[in-house]
Amino acid sequence: MSSSNDTGVIPAQAAIQFQATGVAVEAKLDSRLRGSDVAGGGTRGGKKRRESAAGTQKRAVFGNKWLGFAFAVPQLLLIFTFFYWPASQAVYWAFTLQGPWGGGNEFVGLDNIRAIVTDPVYWDSVVRSLVFAALSTGISMGAALVLALLVDRELAGNKIYRSVLVWPYAIAAPALGLAFRFMLAPEAGVIAFVNHIWPGVWDPTINGNEALGAIIFAFAWKYVGYNFIFMLAALQGIPKSLLEAGAMDGARPLRRMIDIQIPLLTPTLFFLLVLNITDSFQDSFGIVDIMTGGGPARATNLMVYKIYFDGFKGLDYSGAAAQSIVLMLLVIGLTFIQFRYIERRVHYT
Amino acid sequence: MLHSSRVIAAAAAPVLGLVLGATGSYADPVKFDFWYGLSGDLSNVVQQMCSNFNKSQSDYQIVCTSQTNYDTNLQNTIAAYRANKQPTLTQIYDVGTATMLLSGAVQPVYQLMADNGYKIDWSNYIPGVKSYYASAKGDLWSMPFNSSTAVLYWNKDAFKKIGKDAAPKTWEELAEDAKALKAAGYDCPLATDITNNESWELLEQFSAIHNLPISTQNDGYDGLDAQVTFNKTKFVQMVTDLKSWYDQGLVVIKDAKQGESYAAAFAAGHCQMTLDSIGDHGTIGKTAPAGMQWGTAELPVYAGTERHNSIVGGASLWVLKGKTDAEYKGAAAFLNWIAQPDQALFWSTNTGYIPVTKTGFDFMTKSGFYQNPIYAGREVAVQSLSEGTPTPLTRGIRLAVMPQIRQELGNALQAIFAGQVSVQAGLDDAAQRSNADLAKAAAQYKGATLP
Repeated sequence: MSSSNDTGVIPAQAAIQFQATGVAVEAKLDSRLRGSDVAGGGTRGGKKRRESAAGTQKRAVFGNKWLGFAFAVPQLLLIFTFFYWPASQAVYWAFTLQGPWGGGNEFVGLDNIRAIVTDPVYWDSVVRSLVFAALSTGISMGAALVLALLVDRELAGNKIYRSVLVWPYAIAAPALGLAFRFMLAPEAGVIAFVNHIWPGVWDPTINGNEALGAIIFAFAWKYVGYNFIFMLAALQGIPKSLLEAGAMDGARPLRRMIDIQIPLLTPTLFFLLVLNITDSFQDSFGIVDIMTGGGPARATNLMVYKIYFDGFKGLDYSGAAAQSIVLMLLVIGLTFIQFRYIERRVHYT
Repeated sequence: MLHSSRVIAAAAAPVLGLVLGATGSYADPVKFDFWYGLSGDLSNVVQQMCSNFNKSQSDYQIVCTSQTNYDTNLQNTIAAYRANKQPTLTQIYDVGTATMLLSGAVQPVYQLMADNGYKIDWSNYIPGVKSYYASAKGDLWSMPFNSSTAVLYWNKDAFKKIGKDAAPKTWEELAEDAKALKAAGYDCPLATDITNNESWELLEQFSAIHNLPISTQNDGYDGLDAQVTFNKTKFVQMVTDLKSWYDQGLVVIKDAKQGESYAAAFAAGHCQMTLDSIGDHGTIGKTAPAGMQWGTAELPVYAGTERHNSIVGGASLWVLKGKTDAEYKGAAAFLNWIAQPDQALFWSTNTGYIPVTKTGFDFMTKSGFYQNPIYAGREVAVQSLSEGTPTPLTRGIRLAVMPQIRQELGNALQAIFAGQVSVQAGLDDAAQRSNADLAKAAAQYKGATLP
C-alpha cells in the first residue's frame, strides 16, 4: 500500500523537474505517469485506496472544459515563451547563416550541421561530455546511495546529516566552481600539499585529465545532496516489516540492503539516473566556465561550453544553434534509451 | 547640532538654486545611454567621469551602465541592436573592432563629430592608437578610450643581484638574464600565461614589434579573405624558445586558476619578470611590498630586428545607428569633452591607461605626472606605441574572429607546453582551425566590406 503510494509521488516530482529540463523528456514522462497510474489502479493497493475514498472524494472534473484550459494557460504561456519560442528560433538559426548583427539570414540547409559533424574537435567534445556524464552521475549516485543507506539505518547524528547533506545542491554552479577552484589550485589550494610531497603531480591548468577529473568531482559533489534526499525519502517509504522479516530470516544489514532495499529503490534510482544525466549535459556550464574555461587544450570543452563559446564569444550563432540541436537530440536519445532498456528492470510496485 | 544643520543649509542653498535655475530657464536635458565593459575600480572611475560631464553642462545627461566585462558588453550591445534598444555609445574591446566595422550598425565617429560642428585634429592622436580604429582612408570610426599596450615588467632588486641595472632589450639577452636569475636562486625568472586572451602579449604584440604578419591581406585590413600565417613566421621560433625555456624552468606559467596570476606573482616578488599590460601598472604598484624596486621596459625583440611600434590594447567608443539627432549631439559633446587634456590626465591618473593624444601626453608630461614615482614607467607604453612609423603590419588587426583565434592559439600553446604536440604541429593546427573560423565569418558578412 504505502510503497505504491510512494511510486506515485516520485514520478509526479519527476514531471515537475522535467518541465525545467526539456519538453521532449517531459512528454515522455507524462505518458509514463499515465501508465503508472493505470498500473497503480489495477493493483490491490490502488483498489483499496479507491474503495476507502469512495463517496467522500469523488474524482473532481471541471464542468466547463474551458475553465480547465484557462487554468493551464499561464503555464502554457511560460513554456511557450521560455522554451518553444527560443527552441524554434534555434532551429531556424541552425538552418540559416546568421550575421551577428541580424539581417542577411540566408538559408543554407544542412551546411551548419555538416560543418560540426565533420569537425574532429566537435566529436572530441561529445566524447568528453559522455565521459563527464557517466562518471559524474556514477560518482554522485553511488556516494548518495551509500550515505542514504547509512542515514536510513539511523546512525548517530542522522538527523543532522539529513538536513546538511542537501545543502550543496542549493549552491549556484559558478559559486561552487569558484570554491573548488580555490581548493584545487595547485599552488595555493587545500590540495597544494600533494605538490610539496610529489612536486608537479597535480596541475589541472596543464594536465587535461586532471582538469576533467576536477570538474567531474565538483559536479558530482553538487548532486550528491540532491540524490541523497530522494533516495532517503524512498528508503523511508519501504515498509519496516519487510526489513524485519529479512532480519528474522537471518539476513545481515548488507544482505538486506542488496536484496530488499536497493530493488525497492529502483524507481527512484531510475528517475535520478535520467535526471543526473540530463543535468550533466546542461548544468555543467557554470562549473566549466569558472574552473577551467574549457581548457587546458580543450580537455574540458564540454558540448554546452562549446555552444556558449562559439555562439557568444565567436559570434557564430548558426553554428552554436546547430550544436544545441545536436545536444538536444543527444539528450532525447539517451533518455529514450534509458526508458527503453533500463526501465524494463525497474519495478514500480 | 547647530553646526551640522548650518553645514547642511550651506550645502543645500547652491544645490537648490541650481535646481530652480535649471528648471526655470532650461528644458530637461537630453538623456542618452553609454554602455561599458569595465567593473570594480575602473567602473567607479567611469561613473565619476559621467557625473563630471553631467555637472559640466546642462543640455545633456549621459546615463552610464556597466555590463561587467568586454565580452558581455559586446553580446548585450548586439542583442540590444537586434531588438532596436541599443545605447547611443558603447565601449568595444580592441579585437571587436573588425566586427563593429563590418556590422553596418555604427555611425562613424569622424562623421558624427563633423556633423555636429566639432573640428578635431585627428593627427593629434598617437599613431599606434589611431591606426587600430581608423578606416583605410585614415578616418577614425570609433573614439580611442582606454588604451594600453604590453610592456616588460622587471624586478630591479633581483637584477642587481645578477649585476645588471637595465632590462633586457632582446630575447637572447632575456634568456641569459633568466638563466642568471635561476642560478642566483630565483624559481620563477619570467612569468607568463598562455590561455586564451593572454596570448595577446605573445602573438599580437610580438608580430607588430617585429613587423611580421599575423595573416595575409595585411592582418585583414585589405580584405575578408585573409588567412592566418602565424605558423610560418618567426613566431614559431618564439614559441619554440618559450617552450624550451619552460622546460628549463626559466619561464613559469602563472594563472589565477593555479592560485596566482602572473601580475600578482610579479607584484609579490615571486617572479622577477613578466609581460603584461601597462593597465596593470597601478595595481602592481599598490600591491608590491614596500621598498621593492621594479620598472617597466619595452618588450624585447630578437637581436638584429628593427623595432616597430607595439599595438594598442584596451577599448574604444562606438556610436550606434538608429538614435535621434539630439542624442547624437549629446554623444558628440561627450566625446569632445573626454578628448580634452585635463580629462586625459584625470583618466590616466585614476587608471593605468595611457593618454591617447599627443597633447594629452605633453600636458601630462609638463604637469610632472611621469616624474611622480607612483606613475613613473607608464611613459614606456607611449614610447612603445610610437616606435618608428606604423607599417601595414603594425596598424592593428582586422580579423572578425580574433577572439576565436586567440582561443585556438591558447589551446595549441597548452597542448605544446604539456608536450602533447610539437611546436610546429600545434601551431599548424591552430592556424588551420583559425582559417576555418575566418571562412565562416567571411560568409556571415557576405557583401560587407571594411571601410
